[in-house]
Amino acid sequence: MSLELFLLPAAALFSVGLFGALTQQSVVMLMMGLELMLGGVILAAAAAWHYIAPAAAEGQVLIVVAVTAMALEMAIGFAVVTALFRSREIDMTDMAAELKE
Amino acid sequence: MDVAVFWVLAVLAVVGGVMVFRFDSMARATFSLLGSLLCVGGLVVLLGLDYLGIVIVLMMTIEMAIMAVFMVMYMMNPAGLMPMTMIHNKKGAAVVCGLVFALLAAGILLAPWPARRGKAPADPTMELGMSLMGPQMLTMMTLGMALFATIVATVVLATRRGRYDRFGDDLRARHADDPVRGGVGR
Repeated sequence: MSLELFLLPAAALFSVGLFGALTQQSVVMLMMGLELMLGGVILAAAAAWHYIAPAAAEGQVLIVVAVTAMALEMAIGFAVVTALFRSREIDMTDMAAELKE
Repeated sequence: MDVAVFWVLAVLAVVGGVMVFRFDSMARATFSLLGSLLCVGGLVVLLGLDYLGIVIVLMMTIEMAIMAVFMVMYMMNPAGLMPMTMIHNKKGAAVVCGLVFALLAAGILLAPWPARRGKAPADPTMELGMSLMGPQMLTMMTLGMALFATIVATVVLATRRGRYDRFGDDLRARHADDPVRGGVGR
């Protein structure tokens, strides 16, 4: 196995996640796309640690940061959906367009 | 053996990821995402990061269970199992994502990657802990503050009554208008 072999599925996960983040109207589905993108980042960071600099702990720290970002994104995302649903009874991005005004 | 495990996990991770946006039920999409991210955890374990891989597996299992609950809460059909399509700009997004993958793949295959430097520590978990409690302490503190800020922000966002409900539109009321009296000084 090689670094490239691990990076290709990571790139595929990132691209599929990006597709979801760009197309989904439901906020929860959009968050799923973001999770997939972060999954790709985690896999790429782990592969880079293993195949380029296994002696440096910074590669592992990067994975910890990405995993934390995943947890924070989900917690804040659900809180925003809850607040949005409570005030407007919507959970779709298109219907929340007034937020940008 | 490792090669076979890699191919199985890599293919399942990508197929699971694709199926998240192919399934027409949110409940199925959630479990597909769970499968995909569990495979990512498995690949991380395969790379020698046992602790982080297990953390990812445990975290994703709980996270997707919570996600399934939220989907059931917000879906306009029983348990989110009814077919639904809620997408926009499918063609444009497919083109963008195809281009992004092509660019990333070209970079991956054409970049002159440096040779492996150093040897993996005997205990990568110990190395991570020592790093987070030593030279990377600032990162750890930043993550801690971010987690704490998230806890406060989620409670503020999710609570039903905000400060405008309690103190009025201009926030000048001397006492909060709470349905139940009590607390310090009231």
